[in-house]
Amino acid sequence: MRQNIIALVSGIIFALGLVISGMVNPAKVKGFLDIFGEWDISLAFVMVGSIGFNFFAFKAITKNRPRYSEKFYLPEKTYLDKKLIFGSALFGIGWGLVGICPGPGIVNLATLKSNALLFILAMSVGVVLSKFIEKFTSH
Amino acid sequence: MDDIILALIGGLFIGISSSMMLWGLGRITGISGIFSSATSSIQKDNLWRHSFIIGLLLGGAFMFILFPDHFFSYEISGSPLRIIIAGLLVGLGTQLGSGCTSGHGVCGISRLSKRSLIATMTFIATGIIVVGLERLL
Repeated sequence: MRQNIIALVSGIIFALGLVISGMVNPAKVKGFLDIFGEWDISLAFVMVGSIGFNFFAFKAITKNRPRYSEKFYLPEKTYLDKKLIFGSALFGIGWGLVGICPGPGIVNLATLKSNALLFILAMSVGVVLSKFIEKFTSH
Repeated sequence: MDDIILALIGGLFIGISSSMMLWGLGRITGISGIFSSATSSIQKDNLWRHSFIIGLLLGGAFMFILFPDHFFSYEISGSPLRIIIAGLLVGLGTQLGSGCTSGHGVCGISRLSKRSLIATMTFIATGIIVVGLERLL
């Protein structure tokens, strides 16, 4: 139960961050990617702010156990593989086409814009597609 | 300058949020993963994912109601076909790539993960290429 409350509050704070920073605005995101045109560098500072904070916070947090969980659930893979690169490349293409990534996609649903809903529906289908692809390509 | 300051503040909020998740639940805040797992099952041990997503929606709604002109005076522009293709690629790509801007870009890099650094550089690169190519067309 405590986990759910913390997750809820974190989600709210995360959304505030996405909105305040401008990450929910597709035009701003495309401007950040428009380095060959009218480059808007400001979203780079979202990473500066978030990574700057997390680099130190994560270090401190991982010295102890999680407050309401028995363990940390951290990614274990360390090697690079084709799936990582290929998947990331595809994601970037989709991101560049409209300027929305998963977090902003969900937050934009709150605006009730029809394109936000269309995007999330398509994203959900993409997730399902990935499960089929992984089934077919697993050895 | 204002935009940079807002980006920094927003980034700080994102950091605080993801640190809270790590501190409280021991989890990485990768929204593509949270979304895909939340939409594939509703179980008791999965409820934290739904709670996070509800939080995202609540936070968004809160800001939209209070500051619609300040933060939301934009369009999500594109033909239905473009938006569908983009959504498909984002959904598919983030699953295959095991993460997105929050999972890899924010959390992964903060942990000095080589995988996340490469993933982030890759999706930023292809994003830049797509936007660049569209300028030429």
